[in-house]
Amino acid sequence: MLNALWLIPAAPFAGFVVNGLFGKRAGKSFVSAVAILGSLLAAIFGTVAVFQYHALYPHGERYVDLVYNWFSSGNVGADVAFQLDPLSVVMLLVVTWVGFLIHVYSVGYMHDDTGYFRYFAYLNLFLSEMLILVLGSSYLVMFVGWEGVGLCSYLLIGFYYKTDYAPAAGTKAFVLNRIGDFGFLIAMFLMFAYFGSVDFARVSQLAAGGGVEPWLLTAICLLLFLGATGKSAQIPLYVWLPDAMAGPTPVSALIHAATMVTAGVYMVARSNVLYRLAPDAMMVVAVIGGATALFAATIALRQWDIKKVLAYSTISQLGFMFIGVGVGAFSAGVFHLVTHAFFKACLFLGSGSVIHAMSGEQDMRSMGGLKTKIPHTYRTFAIATYAIAGLPLASGFFSKDEILASAWATPYFPTVGKIVWALGTIAAFCTAFYMYRLLYLTFDGKFRGTHEQEHHLHESPSSMVVPLWILAILAIFGGLLGLPEIFHAPNFIGSWLAGAVPEIPGAHHLIEIPAGSEWTVMIVSTLIALAGWWVARSMYKDKQLDTDRAIEQRVPGLARAVENKWYVDEFYGATVVGPLKQLSIFFWRIVDGIIDGIAAMLGYIVAGIGDLLRFFQTGNVRNYALMLFAGVVVFIWIFT
Amino acid sequence: MPLLSTIVWLPIIAAVVLAFFPRSAANAIKGAGLVVSLAIFAISLGILPNFTDAPGFQLVEHHAWIPQWGISYSLGVDGISLWLVLLTTLLTPIVLLSSWKAIHKYPKEYVISFLVMEAAMIGFFLAMDLVLFYVFFELTLLPMYLVIGVWGGANRVYAAIKFFLFTITGSLLMLLGIIYVGFKYSEQMPASFAILDLYGVSLAPRVATILFFAFSLAFAIKVPLFPLHTWLPDAHVEAPTGGSIILAAVMLKMGTYGFVRIVLPMFPGASLRWAHLLLTLSVIGILYGALVAWVQPDMKKLVAYSSVSHLGFCVMGLFALNQTSIEGSILQMVNHGLSTGALFLLVGVIYERRHTRLLADYGGLAATMPVYATFFVIAMLSSVGLPGLNGFVGEFLILAGTFQTYPVYAVIAAIGVILAAIYLLWLIQKVFYGPITNEENTKVHDIAWHEVAALVPLVVLMVWIGVHPSTFLRRMSPSVTQLIATVKQEQPGKVMVTENLRARERSARLRDESFAAPRPSGVSPAQHVRHALQHGASIAGGAR
Repeated sequence: MLNALWLIPAAPFAGFVVNGLFGKRAGKSFVSAVAILGSLLAAIFGTVAVFQYHALYPHGERYVDLVYNWFSSGNVGADVAFQLDPLSVVMLLVVTWVGFLIHVYSVGYMHDDTGYFRYFAYLNLFLSEMLILVLGSSYLVMFVGWEGVGLCSYLLIGFYYKTDYAPAAGTKAFVLNRIGDFGFLIAMFLMFAYFGSVDFARVSQLAAGGGVEPWLLTAICLLLFLGATGKSAQIPLYVWLPDAMAGPTPVSALIHAATMVTAGVYMVARSNVLYRLAPDAMMVVAVIGGATALFAATIALRQWDIKKVLAYSTISQLGFMFIGVGVGAFSAGVFHLVTHAFFKACLFLGSGSVIHAMSGEQDMRSMGGLKTKIPHTYRTFAIATYAIAGLPLASGFFSKDEILASAWATPYFPTVGKIVWALGTIAAFCTAFYMYRLLYLTFDGKFRGTHEQEHHLHESPSSMVVPLWILAILAIFGGLLGLPEIFHAPNFIGSWLAGAVPEIPGAHHLIEIPAGSEWTVMIVSTLIALAGWWVARSMYKDKQLDTDRAIEQRVPGLARAVENKWYVDEFYGATVVGPLKQLSIFFWRIVDGIIDGIAAMLGYIVAGIGDLLRFFQTGNVRNYALMLFAGVVVFIWIFT
Repeated sequence: MPLLSTIVWLPIIAAVVLAFFPRSAANAIKGAGLVVSLAIFAISLGILPNFTDAPGFQLVEHHAWIPQWGISYSLGVDGISLWLVLLTTLLTPIVLLSSWKAIHKYPKEYVISFLVMEAAMIGFFLAMDLVLFYVFFELTLLPMYLVIGVWGGANRVYAAIKFFLFTITGSLLMLLGIIYVGFKYSEQMPASFAILDLYGVSLAPRVATILFFAFSLAFAIKVPLFPLHTWLPDAHVEAPTGGSIILAAVMLKMGTYGFVRIVLPMFPGASLRWAHLLLTLSVIGILYGALVAWVQPDMKKLVAYSSVSHLGFCVMGLFALNQTSIEGSILQMVNHGLSTGALFLLVGVIYERRHTRLLADYGGLAATMPVYATFFVIAMLSSVGLPGLNGFVGEFLILAGTFQTYPVYAVIAAIGVILAAIYLLWLIQKVFYGPITNEENTKVHDIAWHEVAALVPLVVLMVWIGVHPSTFLRRMSPSVTQLIATVKQEQPGKVMVTENLRARERSARLRDESFAAPRPSGVSPAQHVRHALQHGASIAGGAR
């Protein structure tokens, strides 16, 4: 398997081609068989490759499988090549297996949809592109997957294309991602211009070799991070992700929670050598991450669409991951990426199960009391909520704690690190609060929907429930992958990923967290999370929507601002989109008009000169006589 | 058999024969046109096995034409023109196939026009003599003028005249330039209009600048470069689908090809001195074209303005003047031909069914025309530059290359990549998505077999270039290296006579490499080249 790594993305790609060409006529069972086979083969191939890799390279060396030279022109060129190293192994396993689970879940969820074959074709294509992203051995191959997953995201967000809002949301996502990709592109141009390569190992090696101007590394890191803010929905480009919830819910789970949106975190971790040599850029990453974590969490406090809450929660959790990689705790950031994939996928799929039961309803104001009607969904949802809230001993507890402790103890920028820790800790309180608000509004209290909805309430089929339980179990026990040092237990993921963070001169290696700080941060985090839960419980478990009404009466302005997402979309519309459109119309109507006017004027001048000259050649004898006479007069006048 | 002359003259011969067909035999004429153009494509593919990855012209054919002035009929193909010739021979049958059912008026004259146009375009790309180059350049004008003026839309006469006047203004200046360069050369050497000879003409810097502008203006109008682009949207909107495809896919490339074939190597000093002007106009064009495309209510105008943006990338790559950017630029000329050709073809498909091109008249077409929508999305993604398809490779090479010589231009131009996503996704969203608001759109039938047949080769090439661009880059690379060597030997500001002479000798030696015959002793390299050309000396990899 190792010498044919390309087979891993090729398997789901083949599924895409088969379903895309024949799926429409072949029927649903054929389509699901092909799609699930494609994703399962990718998972099996991937897992086999990982075992082979580990046997051959126990110390986490880089293994590269060259497929062919893509292009080379002057000093710009790249190979199509795939690689395995500790970091891509983690991503590979998460992407393939979570991807497979969501394929299975989708069979139940999408069963009645007319675009069944289209959905699975896109989903296979997405998996393939995501695998190219995580397995690519250079920034350019990564970029192929990077834009490819963006395309699939666009297609799947706009999946319900007969609506107005879904295609618009897809376009918005693609364009905002393109703004980020602009940064990614320029970063690659810088690499070609100064390093002559975009190969991960080569770039890291040259950067660590010394003699590189600091501005260059800072610029490359910041431009790459611009790309990450697009793909991973961070300030200022995050606004596409909430709208992306227009897509089918399993897509939200797979693409817009578990895998694609974490690509930016993966990229920063992948570039850790560059970042560690450019601490200014790291600080930007950490601060943006902290700010996004808190900002998005505040918006989630007052949303009623169940998926919107989860969307803002995802943005906020991605912010946590960027805090991790930004403060230099690369393995902590990736650890949170993994646990988040478990609990957030579980939450999204759970919300899908709720929506499925509610006959398409997403507004929590019409829900309530679903605890008994859909018990499996409720239990798995409650487990995942416990995990994301960072309550003790679940997966989110350990990963979030490691990030916050690292922010507290970061050697790169100790003061800013404390500020980032504070942002993260407040965000963690909000997380526990909005997640339990969501849980109580949905599953507790009395049912607020219509009679018809109540009549249709049903637990989802086993193809949906089984993936939920698997993810819920992972959400609880996933934390065992990375136990903190103070527990005197092995930190599997930390020691595994240590190989991906090489020791380089002039930069810190792994972050040493003093045991005292670790305990302090852990206790504070636990208390904060418990406080969030307790406040949410007291406000929503019994009173339900009364609380939200009361808040609106108490602070109407604030409530409306949060409800409307702090008016950021409106702000962008007024400051960027609107003026740009006006400018374009000005160019078209006015500037083009002036150019045409000048061209026409040149034409008239030519015609005018022609008219003038024609006067001399009319063929009319009297005119010639007049000319002759005038000429004689002028002649005499000059010479006298 | 002289391969290159065959593909130039076969369409003309076919056109003459078709002229004797009875007007009523419309299907026979269309069929004959299609068969002939397919045969020409097949013959033109014969260039590939005979083409070696070496610099310089290959398969050279040379005959004296007006010997006393040194004007000759000489054709040859090199890595720069190779793919443009094949693009032309590929697109002509595609156009004839796609307009099979669209043309009801004068079908005979329509087919004849396209065949003559094909001959002229191929001849233009193959010409090795500047006068021949000019003749073919002008010869493309007339059939296109007729295509727009006869088979065009409501405002066709205005658009045809505008197209004609804009282009002819530039080309007349170019004619003056050609005459001047030729006579200047005959003062220094035995008279010749061979393009390779004229690369060696020595001109006073001021004269070179004037000539640079005379030629550049002609080509800039053709490209079209901002601010000379306003003829293009009108021409495209009024032209019939076939005319739009050829206009965008091939004719605009005549401008960029003129820059790379004539302007850069013939006036290298002026090109380097004025590179900033051309780069600035290209970058403005990239952004301007993209922004204006975004607010167009008419699909064809949108695609037309997008051409202004895309060709800005091509010109920028040429004037950034390094291996990467120029290779990217030539590849992008082909890419634009494929993707924009496909887009115009697709717009034509829907226009034929609904007789409107306004975005506002559509919406929700993906439901009624799913296959059509799929093709449209693929062409859109190619144009947007999605990695894995052709457009990405071209744009990436242009930008990455330009970044190495002129980073600021490259960074600003890269904003065009964002804007391309905006206007093209906007188009897709408005036409294919959303609820169907117009009753008419529920009744349109999906794409027909002959339209699919016309599109499939384009899509295959989009994927091929995207996945394995080396097939294409490998063959152009030696010629581009040679071009850069020719241009770079004359640095602005330090043109010294001795150095210049030595440089010219060097370039002659480089050219020599394409000739297998041993150089007769006692003859200067430049003279030898001419000698070889005039006596049809044995040519590497080519026919006599």
